[in-house]
Amino acid sequence: MSSVPLEHGLWLSAGLFVLGFLGVMIRRNMIFVIMSLEIMLHAAGLAFVMASMRWQQPDGQVMFVFVLAVAAAEAAVALALLMRLFGRSGSLDTDTVGK
Amino acid sequence: MPVIDWEPMETVFYLSSAIALVSTAMVISRIHAMHAALYLIVSLLAAAVVMFSVGAPFTGALEIIVYAGAIMVLMVFVIMLLNVNREKKNPERKWLRPTAWLGPGMLSFLLLGLLGLLLTEKHSGNVGQGEVEVKQVAASIFGIYLIGVELASMLLMAGVVGAFHLGLKKREPISTE
Repeated sequence: MSSVPLEHGLWLSAGLFVLGFLGVMIRRNMIFVIMSLEIMLHAAGLAFVMASMRWQQPDGQVMFVFVLAVAAAEAAVALALLMRLFGRSGSLDTDTVGK
Repeated sequence: MPVIDWEPMETVFYLSSAIALVSTAMVISRIHAMHAALYLIVSLLAAAVVMFSVGAPFTGALEIIVYAGAIMVLMVFVIMLLNVNREKKNPERKWLRPTAWLGPGMLSFLLLGLLGLLLTEKHSGNVGQGEVEVKQVAASIFGIYLIGVELASMLLMAGVVGAFHLGLKKREPISTE
């Protein structure tokens, strides 16, 4: 099997998390904000899996499954809210919606 | 110290990490939402390959099935339904004044620096010396984490009810602008 240092896996998930955070900060389109939130959740789950593989214990992967369930529920509710938002204001721009 | 130590799994790990990072950067920089969704699928698949390469096949498969399958299908469906093709020239430059982002930005970068310091401090072992099999994960999920499964099912139920309730309301006419 591979012998990748744990830090590199954590760097990967940190990089993904930072990119998702940047997306939430700089994008004004609501769809991109939701996608970036998914990226951030996914990066956290990836860190769990990396830790699980470092200690060869299944607990981290169990946590990843729970993160997955949270992400699925979040996506369902967020997209339903998005549809309502678009129906109400005809736009997905967070600035125009906020006015 | 072996002389020639080329391990294919390491190469797979680093290559697919690079693909994941690049395609995630593409996600947050695209203009069209559908292009971003496609790049996000690529990113999720690359992360699944990363998980396979460190020996976690169960989560890799779940990643493809649930993330790249279910969640992204939902996203693509909503993007097609709303057809948000026309993004206006955003007033982002006007909104992002230095006074607004300087404080939080500095604090965030401080935290990022701390993270970097932690990760470069000392070597803390390798990932993927072996494989954690599906059997172990399943025994753990339905053993000591059973209460978590119940809570997750309640959360999913709440999500379903919430999404149904939000979608059911009397429709206002969707303005096509």
